[in-house]
Amino acid sequence: MNSLLQATQLNVVRQGKQILQNIDITIGINDFITIIGPNGAGKSMLLKCLMGFYKPDSGKIKRQKNLKIGYVPQRLVSDNTIPINVERFLKIRNAVSLTTLQQITQETKIDNLLTKPLASLSGGEMQRVLLTRALLNNPNLLILDEPAQNLDISGQIYFYKLLDRIYQERKLSILMVSHDLHMVMASSQQVICLFHHICCSGEPQIITQDPEFISLFGNDMAHMMALYQHSHNHQHRRSENA
Amino acid sequence: MLEPFLMRALLAGIGVAIITGAIGCFVVWRRMAYFSDSLAHSTLLGVVLGLALGMNTNLTTMVISFMFAILLLILQQKKLLTTDTLLGILAHAALSIGIVLISLLNQTLDLHAYLFGDILTVTTTELWWIYLGGISVILLLIFNWSSLVLMTLNEDLARAEGVPVLLTHLLLLLIMSIVVAVSIRIVGILLITSMLIIPAASARQLAGSPEAMALIASLLGVLAVILGIYGSFQMDIPSGPSIVVAAVLLFVLLLPLSVLYKKITSYYFQK
Repeated sequence: MNSLLQATQLNVVRQGKQILQNIDITIGINDFITIIGPNGAGKSMLLKCLMGFYKPDSGKIKRQKNLKIGYVPQRLVSDNTIPINVERFLKIRNAVSLTTLQQITQETKIDNLLTKPLASLSGGEMQRVLLTRALLNNPNLLILDEPAQNLDISGQIYFYKLLDRIYQERKLSILMVSHDLHMVMASSQQVICLFHHICCSGEPQIITQDPEFISLFGNDMAHMMALYQHSHNHQHRRSENA
Repeated sequence: MLEPFLMRALLAGIGVAIITGAIGCFVVWRRMAYFSDSLAHSTLLGVVLGLALGMNTNLTTMVISFMFAILLLILQQKKLLTTDTLLGILAHAALSIGIVLISLLNQTLDLHAYLFGDILTVTTTELWWIYLGGISVILLLIFNWSSLVLMTLNEDLARAEGVPVLLTHLLLLLIMSIVVAVSIRIVGILLITSMLIIPAASARQLAGSPEAMALIASLLGVLAVILGIYGSFQMDIPSGPSIVVAAVLLFVLLLPLSVLYKKITSYYFQK
């Protein structure tokens, strides 16, 4: 099996409503797939089905034997009621050696935060801590659910750049739900546009010309995405030179 | 040498304080204060059923509390009403049905002792229940500690990392049912939540990790029990409220101290 994960004809019905309809999705090695779609389109449900949280009502999910998933949730609300610092959080249920911890925290730029209480982190720091936790068991597939939703613009740019670098260096696969379309254009190889069923999917450049995409997100969005493509090509060439 | 009844009271109180302190942290972290209060209300029904059926009341109380917790879990999933409304309905229903049953079955029950606790009349059998229940609770907590903490921080993350979330949730409810069932004789239905929350809240100010918070909460609970029983004996006041007052005094004393401590440490860290 060449792909890490393959789902065929997934259907999920909840309270009489079809949440997911005939979804086919294949995640290959070193893929970067982004799922976009309006609120309530079933994006999170799809991720959760693929991770095995819920059983789909019908359809098949095949996982490669050595598939290791690292999951980055949308957010982790840590109020001050639970006293826990970053290092302790990373080590819950994880037997990591000090060298591994140092290595990965340097990679995700949180090595200076280890003794800080979780509740004192900024939104961007918290997302990097969650990303670190997802990387600890050395996954070959990272699944992220709107990881930068609660960050400001510079925080988003910082996070996606980091994610892109991890993707390049670790040669893992990424499946991500994201509303940050401009960022999606920069890194993704494949965009899946979901509205209960898969409306369209393909390379970012092709997606923006798809009538289904335009009907779902409007002409303005298609234009905007096309605009960002330019910077994508630019960045891509730069990384090839480096 | 202490009188035997006082010795039993101290042992019972210390046993209860150790488990309520530790599990109280989860009550604070997961905002289950109202839930534990409702669970306590449901115990009266368990006591009455135990008396009516001629069974051990500790056992029936545990079973009724656990059933109460599971019923709540099921109703929560249906999302018909918000959790606090559901809790309000279930708790007062259980309490009232319990009291109605007492008079219908012509049972004699020292209601006051169950509402406010009566630690000074604890029997040796009840001590066994407290310590066997306590040890099983501590063992369950230790073996599932990481899963419980991770689930408390983020349920989806725990699920993605292979924690059986539903099972762990049920386990927490079971632990709470045991704790509440063995504790009501000590501080009573109306005051059990305070033994869960006050030591944990005091410990929060002093602890730097979840484990430390649980340990400190247990220690503060034990201290409150010793002070409370001493005060109850010396001043001839009811033991349950006396213990809670001691716990509150510790909280009030520790709060300014911990603020001061934090100021000093942050001052040194900045330097």
